[in-house]
Amino acid sequence: MKIHEYQARNLFRKYGIPVPEGVVCHTVDEVKQNVSDKDKLRVVKAQVHVGGRGKAGGVKLAHTKAEAVEKAEEILGMDIKGICVEKVLVADAVDIEKEFYVGLINDRNTKSVTLMASAEGGVEIEEVAKVSPEKIIKMAIDPSMGLMPWQARKIAIQLFGDPKEIRQCANILVKLYQLYVDTDSSLAEINPLVLTPDKQVLAIDGKMNFDDNALYRQKEILNMREADKDELKEIEANAKGLSYIKLDGNIGCMVNGAGLAMATMDMIKLYGGEPANFLDIGGSSNPQKVVDAMNILLGDQNVKSVMINIFGGITRCDDVARGLVTALDQIKTDVPIVIRLSGTNAKEGLEIIQQTGLPVVETMREAAQTAIELSKK
Amino acid sequence: MSILINKDTKVIVQGITGRDGAFHTSKMKAYGTNVVGGTSPGKAGQEVEGVPVFNSVEDAVKATGANASVIFVPAAFAADAIMEASYAGIELVVCITEHVPVQDMIKVTPVLKKHGTKLIGANCPGLITPDECLIGILPAMIFKKGNVGLISRSGTLTYEVVNMLTENGLGQTTCVGIGGDAVSGLYFIDLLEMYENDPATEAVVLIGEIGGDAEEQAARFIKEKMTKPVVAFIAGQSAPPGKRMGHAGAIISSGSGTAEEKIKAFKAADVPVAKEPREIPGLVKEKLGL
Repeated sequence: MKIHEYQARNLFRKYGIPVPEGVVCHTVDEVKQNVSDKDKLRVVKAQVHVGGRGKAGGVKLAHTKAEAVEKAEEILGMDIKGICVEKVLVADAVDIEKEFYVGLINDRNTKSVTLMASAEGGVEIEEVAKVSPEKIIKMAIDPSMGLMPWQARKIAIQLFGDPKEIRQCANILVKLYQLYVDTDSSLAEINPLVLTPDKQVLAIDGKMNFDDNALYRQKEILNMREADKDELKEIEANAKGLSYIKLDGNIGCMVNGAGLAMATMDMIKLYGGEPANFLDIGGSSNPQKVVDAMNILLGDQNVKSVMINIFGGITRCDDVARGLVTALDQIKTDVPIVIRLSGTNAKEGLEIIQQTGLPVVETMREAAQTAIELSKK
Repeated sequence: MSILINKDTKVIVQGITGRDGAFHTSKMKAYGTNVVGGTSPGKAGQEVEGVPVFNSVEDAVKATGANASVIFVPAAFAADAIMEASYAGIELVVCITEHVPVQDMIKVTPVLKKHGTKLIGANCPGLITPDECLIGILPAMIFKKGNVGLISRSGTLTYEVVNMLTENGLGQTTCVGIGGDAVSGLYFIDLLEMYENDPATEAVVLIGEIGGDAEEQAARFIKEKMTKPVVAFIAGQSAPPGKRMGHAGAIISSGSGTAEEKIKAFKAADVPVAKEPREIPGLVKEKLGL
């Protein structure tokens, strides 16, 4: 789960990580009401769940309150990578002497929370990682000990020279780690962490993601969820025990198993089609799941044909086939469907499906090719 | 020969009184797996599918000499179950449970290390040495004894490929589903090393997917350390960046973990990469000179 920058800043503040003053606004009127009348340098930032908003014009400086209102009006409603900006953060701008990057991630290889820091702040850290990986300092954190102050200082010393600055930075790192583990985060970045001319170390921009599998024990974080349109569809599917991701193509697919679902999308692409989605219905043969899945698929106006790809394992194909027949009875649609069944009791399953008169094939390749052909009619 | 499990493996089922635990206990037993016990706190003395239930893994190990366990408990309790098994001296723990929080798996890691416990999963279908031992939820009927090893981050895609191997006369030594999470137990390289050292395995099929760099590491390992041929397939070539494709670990983040990079790494290690699953048996046969 993702949260917005303003929400990450609120969490930072709660944990004692210093951030400049700022207010989040949904409308121009809110900017007029909630931003203080004092004229000072502020930055107006679009709050969206995509990167690169600066380049897209979603971050603007304002020297006066009037200008802040003006910039907010420009940014609110703006389209950034297909997402409509619904809120802006109006924050005090601070003078910057130097910019740094600090972040925490779950590292697959060390199987630990890993702290990353770099004196190359303010730019995309992925770029730094690609171009000059030696400029990123990394430290794997022992989960039984947590990030100890001496370890945080060891990192801070490599970024700052003055003892007071080192202490401020180390303090922020320890607090960020605490926030990270307390909230089951999967990413926590301060980029940039800045040093001001009066030697204050501040978090200017923050980003936090959370482990979806841990949300059951993170009610406060879950309450912060502000999903966009596509994300809402995904969340809705999840609640029904389905895993759904909308894509841009026109061939809908419904598959049992995530790996097979990816391979199915790849197959459609390999034979010249474009998948409309990723959709994993999981292991059961429950007809209701198929009905729910079909409703989601057909809710996408782009879908011109549907490929159902089932490999029967423990769940036998004949059970799946009965589920499909029951489900397809309830769904009235003109969108052509091709079904592929293979694995345990495939033969019995195919016989059951044949009664529906729908095209049914035995291999993934045939199914993909048929679905592509049907999509062109 | 085989890797990790064989006919002498003694298995206990953690969470045996639950619906999935009981169902798969019966399936495993029917296959011939030596299921010697199960655990369910407070239910010692009961039996499930003819298997004695114990209060703790420690009790079960003392009474039965079990050396492997399979976990079917809910996600919130999975890390606890893994650690309990590790402390009780279980050598191989297979965690079927999905949706285990990453921080829990991070806490588990040093415990496994301390006791030298091997973990498969979480969020995995388990593993099988055909005709000897099946641990997990794999559909037994598609497997056949033979000389090909198989490792995969997926479930049904694995079955799909195994089915094709078997239909093409390519039996298996041991097939392992390592699971689809970002932080999990044994990775590709750990298992490749075992296959390299297993006299019965003559070729290995590796089924990877987007996310992380376990495939790139595997490619390096194959190039530097392996004498046996490996054939690969990577799922998720058409997946968009930044979206989690069902598996918690299947995500292209910050432009890394793409199928393209993984395929490139395998090609650099002279590992043929199948364009679609159906090509895999042919590529294996070619490598084996069949």
